[in-house]
Amino acid sequence: MSDAKLSEKPGAVMAGVTQVVNWIDARMPLIETYEYHLSRYWAPKNFNIWYLFGVLSMVVLVNQLLTGIWLTMSYVPSGDKAFASVEYIMRDVEFGWLLRYLHSSGASAFFIVVYLHMFRGMMYGSYRKPRELIWLFGMAIFLVLMAEGFMGYLLPWGNMSYWGAQVIVSLVGAIPVVGADMMEWVRGDFLMSEITLNRFFALHVVALPIMLIMLVFLHIVALHHVGSNNPDGIDVKKHKDENGKPLDSIAFHPYYTIGHDLPAIVLFLIVFCSVVFFAPEMGGYFLEPPNFEQANPLKTPDHIAPVWYYTPFYAMLRAATYPLFGMDAKFWGFVVMVGAIALPAVLPWLDRSPVKSLRYKGAVSKGMLAMFIVSFFLLGWLGTQAASPFYTLLAQVGTAGYFAYFVLMPWYTRVEKTKPVPERVPA
Amino acid sequence: MKRFLMILGFCALTTPAAMASDSGVHLEPMEPDHRDLPSLQHGAKLFTNYCLGCHSLEHQRHVRTAEDLGIPTDLYQASLLPAGADMGSHITNAMPAEGAKNWFGAQPPDLSMVTRVRGTDWVYSYLKGFYLDPSRPLGVNNDVLPNAGMPHALIELQGVPRKVCKQAPEGGWDGLSGQPMTSEQCGFIEVEAGTGLLSAEEYDAAVYDLVNFLDYTGEPYRLDRQRIGVYVILFLLVLYVFTWLLGREYQKEVH
Repeated sequence: MSDAKLSEKPGAVMAGVTQVVNWIDARMPLIETYEYHLSRYWAPKNFNIWYLFGVLSMVVLVNQLLTGIWLTMSYVPSGDKAFASVEYIMRDVEFGWLLRYLHSSGASAFFIVVYLHMFRGMMYGSYRKPRELIWLFGMAIFLVLMAEGFMGYLLPWGNMSYWGAQVIVSLVGAIPVVGADMMEWVRGDFLMSEITLNRFFALHVVALPIMLIMLVFLHIVALHHVGSNNPDGIDVKKHKDENGKPLDSIAFHPYYTIGHDLPAIVLFLIVFCSVVFFAPEMGGYFLEPPNFEQANPLKTPDHIAPVWYYTPFYAMLRAATYPLFGMDAKFWGFVVMVGAIALPAVLPWLDRSPVKSLRYKGAVSKGMLAMFIVSFFLLGWLGTQAASPFYTLLAQVGTAGYFAYFVLMPWYTRVEKTKPVPERVPA
Repeated sequence: MKRFLMILGFCALTTPAAMASDSGVHLEPMEPDHRDLPSLQHGAKLFTNYCLGCHSLEHQRHVRTAEDLGIPTDLYQASLLPAGADMGSHITNAMPAEGAKNWFGAQPPDLSMVTRVRGTDWVYSYLKGFYLDPSRPLGVNNDVLPNAGMPHALIELQGVPRKVCKQAPEGGWDGLSGQPMTSEQCGFIEVEAGTGLLSAEEYDAAVYDLVNFLDYTGEPYRLDRQRIGVYVILFLLVLYVFTWLLGREYQKEVH
């Protein structure tokens, strides 16, 4: 069809598009899927700023996948070439420094948005029935993300990569009886070596990303089945119009996608790019100084600290200093750390409050959540510091605060006085 | 978003422990400037003359150095390119690793990213921290890195530095004379007059240039990064205005 013909019949293009869409729709549920997940997915109209971090997690995930693919094109996963290949990317590959900084800053950004996303769920009770499975998929995403970050951090083969991984892998050795053999099994060698690097590379670029994408898919399928929670924790599906549309909801697309998310994504990119272009090391928190030196099994960095996003858990690991029941302190540290990571998964069954959202919970719940946040930040800071007796004591206090939030929850959510939840979303 | 900014602020405020010197000695601040081409060129010359014999820059290429520092290729080849090296190769030396271990106790480290590992303040203070110490195998010791295994490579420029004791202010004021109180304190490094090719100020400037050059080799694309970053942020700011206006149109339809 020539251009002249097109302009004569303005409807011709649309007619063609419709034909193609109809052809596809007869063979797979294209329009139905689009409506179910976007244009007729009814989202509560009272979302606030906290509801942006889910979509921002997706933005960062896409950033990590794309930059990761291009980094893989020039990265060499071998003991004597990995470090040099990263510098080759930074210096000799066109815009290689940009790809690398986007990826390294993206790792930190991923954890920032995911932590805020999880905190949103904790504040508004998004894990409560019927959204338990969404929360569990989310926790699985968090675990895979931690593994993904940990294995990715070894790949530059810097000295902190090496020793950080060495410390974490050696934790497996604290497991009684089978620990030493398991440690060897994880490393594939008697010490951290090229074999370890190669398997971490395989897991980081193939296995874990596939798991991550599948889990994100399931997370969203489950979410769209039961519908989103909201800051008031009100069940918006109770009041529907004659067409079955919840009265207090709006179409996810375009009112949230373009109305709210798009400008927020750009705002996020402004902050993110400020880091990438003007402070990619972020004062040693996103890229640690010893990691600009090649891995050296004979030279331990003065002070081994994991990257900031693991430090709350690292501080809890170090907080265990007493041997108990014939097991050494290291084993209990390992147990505490694993417990701290896994415990949020059972939140849906710990929370016995008659209301979902913190807005209608009592003062005790609010105080406990505040204490949890203070403990988390305190532990995060302590994890970056060299251990001292006072800091260890602080870490123990922080660990107690962290665990108290979860362990005491069945009690304090049941006994406290809650406020009545309105039937409809307040205007 | 508020909390996010708080986290960013938290990260920016706290400085990592790696920036302090090993011995807890106060480090002199050194602010690099990758735009100062004469400084970088002088630094490259000093590096080639005084450091390259032992230390390599194995991630940095000659051709890039010449381009970034604005040194014409023929001049670079004549004055800075080691014999037998070509412009496309990395800045390496001929020191055998095994021999180096025997001579110095350890292989001299590659310096491509020394300022990213140690910080510019550290390297600057280190190069100014040498002093004579006959108890050491190479006759010198260092304030910033005690028992350093490196000779004072720049001693010809600086002159002979010695540890001395002298009257120095101790913080208080003398009530009668109004003069600062002083006492005999030790540990000062003083250069024996007339022993170096450079004056104290000239030596400081030379060390600055050298560290500036080493900082450049640590991140040769830094100026590109910052220049492109300005355009990226400006573009995103404009894009934000339009996406915000577009978003507002959709928000109007709600309610």
